[in-house]
Amino acid sequence: MTDALAGVVASPRAWVAIVVIGVVTYGIRLSFIHLFGRIDGVPTRVQRPLRYVPPAVLAALVLPDLVTLRPSVAATLLDERLIAGAVAGAVAWRTENVFATIATGMATLWLFRFVVFA
Amino acid sequence: MPDTVFDEDLLAGVRDVSPLMLGIAPFALVAGIAAVDAGLGLAEAVGMSVIVFAGASQLAALELLGENAPLAVVVGTAVVINLRMLMYSASIAPHFADYGRRLRAGLAYLLTDQAYALSVAEFDENPDRSRWRYYLGAAASLWIVWQIGTVAGVVLGAGVPDAWGLTFAVPLVFLALLVPAMKDRPTTVAGVAGGAVAVVAAGLPLNLGLLVGALCGIAAGLVTEVTAS
Repeated sequence: MTDALAGVVASPRAWVAIVVIGVVTYGIRLSFIHLFGRIDGVPTRVQRPLRYVPPAVLAALVLPDLVTLRPSVAATLLDERLIAGAVAGAVAWRTENVFATIATGMATLWLFRFVVFA
Repeated sequence: MPDTVFDEDLLAGVRDVSPLMLGIAPFALVAGIAAVDAGLGLAEAVGMSVIVFAGASQLAALELLGENAPLAVVVGTAVVINLRMLMYSASIAPHFADYGRRLRAGLAYLLTDQAYALSVAEFDENPDRSRWRYYLGAAASLWIVWQIGTVAGVVLGAGVPDAWGLTFAVPLVFLALLVPAMKDRPTTVAGVAGGAVAVVAAGLPLNLGLLVGALCGIAAGLVTEVTAS
């Protein structure tokens, strides 16, 4: 009952988010493709910060999913998610392969969750 | 002019993009799994993949929707993530400048990291290619695989027990994109600062940690660039 209700309530919220994000994202994609000829390109002042959007955003997405600050350093570090993330990060660095990164990360997570820390 | 769009240039785009599908297919699967995890159904998941069609922002929005973050935070975070496409739009625009308004509007919808990177490299190397056909071959293939992968992810996500932690694949996908994005000192500083601030700010109200972390990372990258030069 509660679940069904939550689904009904969540749905319009999700659709609003989807449509607004979609419209703004399309505007971003179309921007210069549409305007070309009227302006020469991205002004340097805009271009410079944009260079740092991918690493800053991606790291802000990744790290909170791998690290939770706990009272002790040991408790923070001995976390299956952080260990799996470190292994996957090394694989990403060596291979630059999305599939290999996911596969080793998930395997390491399961190894520690179901075997080592079980 | 060839009488069909299925010509050599279009097929070259399809062929060149196919090795990338090994990375895109699991990414799309994860988008479907994350949608289920956020409490969305098949219609919303596919709606998002069709209307937004930008993986990293979809995953971030799903995570925030699942945590019941305010809509403004969900939208703001996704938009910041997609701002990078402003650069792609500017960079690819001269190649499409001769086309009509309608065709350009259609091509813009399909703009992604991969379609952009592949196409501008090919346009430089092979100026005789039909630009829109080559780009369409690559970009439309990505679109199709993205939609199929999303549906498969919804089905898979609904069938696998929570203990398996399938949504852990979300940060792993981002990790695979993050590592090559940290290619010099300022971009590395941007990543380290963005991640560290996001961890510390994880408890902020309104789920603002991600946005605050990202903005601090961008600022740190800029400061590093300025002090180095």
